[in-house]
Amino acid sequence: MSIIRSSEITPEHIYVSRRKFMSRASKMALGASVITACAKQSDSTDVSLDVDNTSIGVDELGESWTSYTSITNYNNFYEFSVNKERVAVMAQDLKISPWEIDVGGLVKNPGRYQVENLLTKFDQEERVYRLRCVEGWSMIVPWMGFPLRRLLDEVEPTMNARYVRFETLYDPVQFPGQNDRWYSWPYVEGLRLDEAAHDLTILATGIYGRTLLPQNGAPLRLVVPWKYGFKSIKSIVRIDLVDQQPVSLWMKAAPNEYGFYANVNPNVHHPRWSQDTERRIGEMGRRDTMLFNGYAEQVDSLYSNMDLQYNF
Amino acid sequence: MDSIIGFMSKYIRIILHICALLPLVMLFYDLGYDNLSVNPIQDITIRTGKPALIFLVLVLSITPIRKWFGLHSLLQFRRSLGLYAFMYASLHLLVFVGLDYGFDIELLRSSVFKKPYVILGLLAYFTLVPLAVTSTHGWIRRLGKYWKMLHRLVYLTGVLAVAHYIWAVKSDIRQPLMFAAVMCIMLLARVRFFNRAIYLLRERFLTK
Repeated sequence: MSIIRSSEITPEHIYVSRRKFMSRASKMALGASVITACAKQSDSTDVSLDVDNTSIGVDELGESWTSYTSITNYNNFYEFSVNKERVAVMAQDLKISPWEIDVGGLVKNPGRYQVENLLTKFDQEERVYRLRCVEGWSMIVPWMGFPLRRLLDEVEPTMNARYVRFETLYDPVQFPGQNDRWYSWPYVEGLRLDEAAHDLTILATGIYGRTLLPQNGAPLRLVVPWKYGFKSIKSIVRIDLVDQQPVSLWMKAAPNEYGFYANVNPNVHHPRWSQDTERRIGEMGRRDTMLFNGYAEQVDSLYSNMDLQYNF
Repeated sequence: MDSIIGFMSKYIRIILHICALLPLVMLFYDLGYDNLSVNPIQDITIRTGKPALIFLVLVLSITPIRKWFGLHSLLQFRRSLGLYAFMYASLHLLVFVGLDYGFDIELLRSSVFKKPYVILGLLAYFTLVPLAVTSTHGWIRRLGKYWKMLHRLVYLTGVLAVAHYIWAVKSDIRQPLMFAAVMCIMLLARVRFFNRAIYLLRERFLTK
């Protein structure tokens, strides 16, 4: 995968206008070739003028981005609701400014960061990643963000640091789902230090060149594209460098089903369902799930000599 | 009360059919007006599976309710309830095999049909098929006393269907467990001891 420099990223107003042009051009072509169109198609033509509703790019495999509407309206975020479509509605009032992130633990320079400062301190890059949910659906998301490694370099992990532990805000008033004692809140996730420092691992601050919405984990979330979506923890308030493997919320909820690594792997199945295939949001039918979600070339060296069946 | 049900049975039947078809009509409505989520196949799968389970619970509740409350005229609605359970279960299976897996039997056989929740669901369905087939008057007559024996298979369907649901959900099994609890009561109602206890409680309550 080629890394996109921030200088290469198209500013929003330009790509919006490009996309309007493309959208109109394609509609003209469509109009020329299609004589009859059903009512539904002509309805969506008006909507597609809005930047929100059409895909404007492809990933490195040539697959179209999932629409902005889908990405922002189909969310697993149990702090708001276990209903994926309710999350966007429930999430609207999350107070994301001011927002502080404590970075500490086994580091030389612990610190408290304002999320606004992180946005200016580190160059924001666009990263187009596949997102594969452990439930068997997937999306392609054009994230904005910066490599987690930049932040790690800043705080300088000590020699003893081996893992990174992440924690979501605990606030049962804003996150009504946290009143449900079925899960042990707050949400916790973890990565091995080398996974955290890998160039693909980012802290995301936006989608489609826009500021991240609460349902997608605003103001700051982790994105680890070769792992199942639940590893990419949302609305982070704490990042700690630790020497012991963190125990995530999902590991506590079902230790035999959700492991620490949670790498996307069609050969390692969830104990109760198959991970061979996935449903890409916006498509009918199924497609094959790829080893490490298609990022094997970049990440398989992290797991050489490791039994992935055991370290699921 | 029982006589009222008997008297009104024609209207109750119409209401029953309307209620039973409502989930399907609403599903088609949401499909037509694009109200489903961006993962519509999952929605359709759930929205055909759950009615199947609900009708299965309902069909199993007829006998206990008849016994406990003396509402014997409810019996006439049992076949419809059972056939609706079968209809939704058929749609559920068809959506899974056809819409979700595009009738890719090779793929289904190599990975999906091995999964316990799928096996349980398939078994539940296969136990339902002979019951639906033999639900006509002709078959009731032809099978005689064996009809009742055959149709006891529905107890197994109930257990399998609930187990299928428990195994299929991601983590929070509270709702499947509620179905399991209701199903348990319906099955216990077939046990003589349990029935006697209910009967005695009712007697005490009524004589007060």
